[in-house]
Amino acid sequence: MSKKIIATASLAGCFGCHMSILDIDERILDLVELVEFNKSPVDDIKKFTKRVDVGIIEGGCCNSENVENLKYFRENCDVLISLGECAIMGGLPALRNGIPIKECLEEAYCDGPTVGLNTEKIIPNDPELPMILDKVYPCHEVVKVDYYLPGCPPRADLIWDALVALLTGSEMDLPYEVIKFD
Amino acid sequence: MNNTIKFKIDGKEIVAEMGKTIVEAAKENGVYIPTLCNFPGVPPKGGCRMCTIKINGRFMTSCTTPAAAGMEIESDTAEINDLRKSIIELLFVSGNHFCPACEKSGNCELQALAYKYQMMVPKFPYSFPLKEVDASSPKIIKDQNRCVLCQRCMKTIKTEDGERYFAFENRGDKLEVILDPELGQKMTDEIAKLAMDNCPVGSIIQKEVGFVEPIGTRKYDKEPIGTDIDV
Repeated sequence: MSKKIIATASLAGCFGCHMSILDIDERILDLVELVEFNKSPVDDIKKFTKRVDVGIIEGGCCNSENVENLKYFRENCDVLISLGECAIMGGLPALRNGIPIKECLEEAYCDGPTVGLNTEKIIPNDPELPMILDKVYPCHEVVKVDYYLPGCPPRADLIWDALVALLTGSEMDLPYEVIKFD
Repeated sequence: MNNTIKFKIDGKEIVAEMGKTIVEAAKENGVYIPTLCNFPGVPPKGGCRMCTIKINGRFMTSCTTPAAAGMEIESDTAEINDLRKSIIELLFVSGNHFCPACEKSGNCELQALAYKYQMMVPKFPYSFPLKEVDASSPKIIKDQNRCVLCQRCMKTIKTEDGERYFAFENRGDKLEVILDPELGQKMTDEIAKLAMDNCPVGSIIQKEVGFVEPIGTRKYDKEPIGTDIDV
């Protein structure tokens, strides 16, 4: 059997879900037999070089670059998975969702207790910077998402079982302990 | 006079005392029917609809309906469980339920029900409503982001004179359960703990005791809600 191709991305996340992938421990050796990684922070491939079987998304969309990247993944992946609370519901970055964006930026760059060096009270506005969105969006509210693996981070066993089931076409059992939101 | 009646839930014969609600009768017979707003010792209100069952083919709430002889009840079926899951999903999207940042995570009944019915993602769009947090009491935090308006605190947390600590404010989609500012100042540690424990979610949090139980040892970490009832 030829190896399946996997790609991963961390959008508005903390890389904790990627760390949790590493929690599969020695099964990573089996994973290497099963898959080949394409675009991913793991191997630092920046652009897709071939069609991908499974795309794994960590984090929600908090800025224009996240949206672009997510759409790029959707175009290039047969199956897209939302991995973790941030991808599924915005997660901690979405705590700002009830607050107007102007207030958020002013608190972060002008009025907050740790902005001492920013004496001119400049809110970063370089054209190179991605535009921040009005709120943080769950991935499935931007593109179609096929599967969801909850957790903060999702348990390594959940990620492993889901990947193996998906890649080998076998059925997946979901023991109670693996579905957690924290 | 014989005071016992017999009826069936999912084909299992239930023997109960006359006058018991279906939820109570089921519990005594080792059958778990999920509830959220219902609380032992206070009158049921049938508000959250989690305990929805089908009696002789008709949807009813089992916390408010007295058991009657000969009832044929469906509870743990694909159709009803799907409805219950939808109720949980609606509650998740109508508030701001950030489980990873919540002190009640692991001990939360709403979360436990989501685990039981395997909610991977709500099928409804998130509303991210703007809600306030009231931290004015020296003993508790009342976080409106997480409140499910079940009224359990309103009905169970009272002073010795029977005065309520919590009450409704506003109406419609602005309805909130608020803490009486004066009583909130005089709250004892015991009342604060009781209020937190009786809240099914993380809307009432006792100050200075958060995150005491490590992950893995909390109430719903290993076993689904209702395990203690189901035989």
